[in-house]
Amino acid sequence: MSDDNIRTVNDATCTFCGCVCDDIALTVDVAEHRITKSQNACVLGKAWFKEHGVEERPFALIGGREASTEEGVEEAARILAEARYPIIYGLSDTTCEAQRVAVSIADMIGGNVDTTTSVCHGPTGMAFQSVGESTASLGEIKNRADLIIFWGGNPAEAHPRLFSRYAVTPKGMYTPNGRKDRTVVLVDVRRTASAPVADIFLQVKPGTDFEVLWALRALVKGRKIDASIEQRTGIALTVLEDLAARMKRCNFGVLLFGMGLTMTRGRHFNAGALLALAADLNEFTHFVAAPVRGHGNVTGADNVVSWQTGFPFGVNFSRGYPRFNPGEWTTADLLARGEADAAMIIASDPAANFAKAAIEHLRRIPVITLDPKTSITSQLARVAFTTATYGINTPGTVYRMDGVPISLRPAFPSPYPSDEQVLTAIRSRVRTLLGGNRVPAGTPLGATAT
Amino acid sequence: MGSTLRIVNGRVYDPANGLDGVVQDICIQDGRIVAAVPPDTKTVDARGMVVMPGGVDIHCHIAGSKVNMARKLQPEDHRHDVHLRTRVSRSGTGGTVPSTFTTGYRYAALGYTAAMEAAVTPLGARSTLEELQDTPIIDKGFFVLVGNNVLLFRLLQEGRLEEFRHALAWWIGATKAYAPKLVNPGVDAMWKGERNANITTLDQKIGPFDLTPRKVIGAFIQAANDLGLPHPVHIHCNNLGHSGNYTTTLETMRIADGRRAHITHIQFHSYGSVAGKTTDNPTSKAREIADFVNTHPNISADVGAVLFGRSTSMTADAPLAYMLRQFGGHKWINADSENESGCGILPFTYQDQVYTNALQWAIGLELFLLSDDPWRMVFSTDHPNGGSFMSYPKLIRLLMDREFRKEEMAKVNQKALDNSGLRDCHAREYSLYEIAIITRAGPARLLGLTTKGHLGIGADADITIYEEDADKEKMFSTPRYVIKDGALVIEDHEFRSEAEGRVLHVSPDYDPGIEQVIQPFFEDFYTVQFANYPVDVEYLHHHQVVPTAHQPAGAAPSPGA
Amino acid sequence: MTLIGGRSSRQGTALCTGKLGADYIDVSTTVEMNVEDMARLGLQTDSKVRLRTATGETILRCKGRETKDLPKGLLFMAYGPGSSQLMAGDTAGTGMPLSKNLQVEVEPVGPE
Repeated sequence: MSDDNIRTVNDATCTFCGCVCDDIALTVDVAEHRITKSQNACVLGKAWFKEHGVEERPFALIGGREASTEEGVEEAARILAEARYPIIYGLSDTTCEAQRVAVSIADMIGGNVDTTTSVCHGPTGMAFQSVGESTASLGEIKNRADLIIFWGGNPAEAHPRLFSRYAVTPKGMYTPNGRKDRTVVLVDVRRTASAPVADIFLQVKPGTDFEVLWALRALVKGRKIDASIEQRTGIALTVLEDLAARMKRCNFGVLLFGMGLTMTRGRHFNAGALLALAADLNEFTHFVAAPVRGHGNVTGADNVVSWQTGFPFGVNFSRGYPRFNPGEWTTADLLARGEADAAMIIASDPAANFAKAAIEHLRRIPVITLDPKTSITSQLARVAFTTATYGINTPGTVYRMDGVPISLRPAFPSPYPSDEQVLTAIRSRVRTLLGGNRVPAGTPLGATAT
Repeated sequence: MGSTLRIVNGRVYDPANGLDGVVQDICIQDGRIVAAVPPDTKTVDARGMVVMPGGVDIHCHIAGSKVNMARKLQPEDHRHDVHLRTRVSRSGTGGTVPSTFTTGYRYAALGYTAAMEAAVTPLGARSTLEELQDTPIIDKGFFVLVGNNVLLFRLLQEGRLEEFRHALAWWIGATKAYAPKLVNPGVDAMWKGERNANITTLDQKIGPFDLTPRKVIGAFIQAANDLGLPHPVHIHCNNLGHSGNYTTTLETMRIADGRRAHITHIQFHSYGSVAGKTTDNPTSKAREIADFVNTHPNISADVGAVLFGRSTSMTADAPLAYMLRQFGGHKWINADSENESGCGILPFTYQDQVYTNALQWAIGLELFLLSDDPWRMVFSTDHPNGGSFMSYPKLIRLLMDREFRKEEMAKVNQKALDNSGLRDCHAREYSLYEIAIITRAGPARLLGLTTKGHLGIGADADITIYEEDADKEKMFSTPRYVIKDGALVIEDHEFRSEAEGRVLHVSPDYDPGIEQVIQPFFEDFYTVQFANYPVDVEYLHHHQVVPTAHQPAGAAPSPGA
Repeated sequence: MTLIGGRSSRQGTALCTGKLGADYIDVSTTVEMNVEDMARLGLQTDSKVRLRTATGETILRCKGRETKDLPKGLLFMAYGPGSSQLMAGDTAGTGMPLSKNLQVEVEPVGPE
């Protein structure tokens, strides 16, 4: 193994989670297509880099039979062009360049496009549409925040460097003593691995975050709350009063929140209560909130779908223009109700974590997957493409959880095509099959509809 | 090669070349205007029609993370204004913050062929560039926010002016921006660092910095001047929206002291004040502001007119947005960007019976009507802050049609009109020639785009042909033909073809040694790597570098343009 | 009892190895239970339990947690095929199925 085979890639980006850390130094064994070291990566990042090599796999599988990418494209295009209710889903673990092609296909065929946001921070997006959001980039938090509240998330296990690179320990411009300049609060239903990091831990009763947040809003505005709140939520009134006072007193406060709010009863009401609380606090001090995003480019998926359609996720094109209505055109529902008759799943594995009824429907309809690895969804797919891994093999743009765009630095090439390449080929073929964008009956062809 | 086109019999309005409705042929080859073309060239008969260069929007908000947050915020804004897909073009949604494809198509459908996104934080430059790539047809660029940049402030307070200039040049080039932008200079240190405080005077200390807004503004004006940038510092003055702020605006313009400076959406900065019941009420100081601009040829401005109806306020002036929230705003966005900038967004409606809104409307019109030099008081609504770009035709009608203006004046809050000077300048009507200046020739000249905004030999073949109509709103809403780079994008009112348009940017020279100053700052205080921050030129598709005054002229468009 | 599905560090690293790998299967077929609840139900570490909701059921091995870490009445498991079996499809018009705070019936499964 000569030294020619070893490359270093500095300033590489890890896209395992929404932290999207871009300070990774990779040691790459080019001949073996392996990353042997990923300096600065957390345990999740290390696994991400270590386990995404180049495996010996067919370029595509059609009905379980090995096939070429081109054959896969033919079959996938046929499925999408012939379907009456085709849906595209996933997209959170691929580049913006690929996401843009995916949305253009959904537009072309008059189908549906949705991202993993709808089962992650979709409710936050919905709350955002009602309340807005006071937020800040991660560097702002590092430099200024002296009060940090983690709510409904477990960064120690899901976003480790949120603690070490961005929010808790790093030394910043106005936080030169790092951890000592900050008060850290954790709110959760159970004492997770993140709890030791916190100065204050609030253990709320499951399903009562809304009440706690609403009580804090009231306390911040100087209203009275009855002591019976403790029985309801598990948190004593004195604790809440203390927290509200700290929130008003700090110089720059942050609420970082996760699935504990969005995935439980109340969903967007929970997220909305938190966002409203952060907004309210700006009457007294500078206060921001930010959702902690799970996948490396789910923020990019939100952004691409939003700029191309005006809506963040769950977008339907069947009438010739984008429509948005969570519950109606979100994938969990389209599958659980058995409405979709074809699905293209990109960089995601819904068969591993969707509801039972949705998974059963996925088994009934033709499914196309694009994934670097075998997944539970790819195993049930009619056409399963093997694609290169974004960030490790392919360049492109991703967005960090706070909306900062970063360009990827791939470590080594892959023999497999990128998601963007496969989707572009599919789009081209679909365009040929349909003769252009599908235009609903009654629409003037080629006219500007302004 | 060379696709050719000829336009015949049209009345040409080309103020840069002194043409005021002259019937003249225009010949196009390879995307440029040429002297002659072969006789069998396709011909557009523009008899009875008005031919102008394509519109150039000097200041709008159409792409980037701030704009996208505003899109995400308002599904209700889009739902009733859909844009249908065609065989060849993408679907989208409209409202005050349209989706990107719709933005490009609609600008083109209004006869605009270039637009400048007015405020981009450097950290988000890629996001703006991606959205601009998905904004078809028009040529575009953006202004990069530097007026609250922490490293630049540090260099300035240490008196390191040479390095300040090199760093500024580095920042413009690294982000692929077109011009430097200042928004409420000094505000970030107050808003983020002093519990939501603001800048109120030009001579206050900017938080922890040994600087004042006056010093900062002067330094940027000088540096941009020294760098020979095609467009000077583009300034959103301190105290936007506050009663009595016209003094801040006059003071800011005085700082320029003979050097070029551009004051943007100057309407919002033209308020006097009169004591009201509980607070001061604004009055119009359009006369004072217009007089100053008229008599100082180094100063240019875009009006930032307000039109009634829905708008979206989106601004890097974060405390401004927070303040507007009190006036019926229910949802509000604030987003801070480390070391650089911030923004505030909220939906807003201008109502003709509300005193302040009617006053703002009147002041916008006053500024146009009092302007002696339309080349330096150009057209804008600060889209979508003052109104959507889709209302440009209505604003044009208000300027050209005194009778229509009179009808509209009768509908608004009359006390506001009393406190404006609109009745006194109401007699004036803009001519087609002047409209061509304020919407095309003037913005192009102010931006330093030498091949745009005119129809002389060598100009980009970006041309709009309108059918003459007494109703100027109707006339300017629906051009009969729009030509971009010599290709018919709209023909007989119908959309014919797609195109990507070019990103226009500048690449001012700087001493590479400045990177040794910038990099350590990144390592300490940013959360992205210095190496990952500058935008690679390969990131751009079709693009063109516009030279500075110190660089050789006539840089060609990039391969693939 | 109340089931909370979520991420864990081990699930995250196992994901990277592959969802068909032993590590992932192992982590997604484990449920954390309060030690007092386990004692009450007569369970030890690695005992099998059946979790059941109106939608479906899944069999998991249990692992104990002290009350200070996981209160009585709460269960925690990593997302995966097992938790999917328990999730109802209805999203109450939000697009988001309920994945946390599911009410489940718990019963020990006899040795096989």
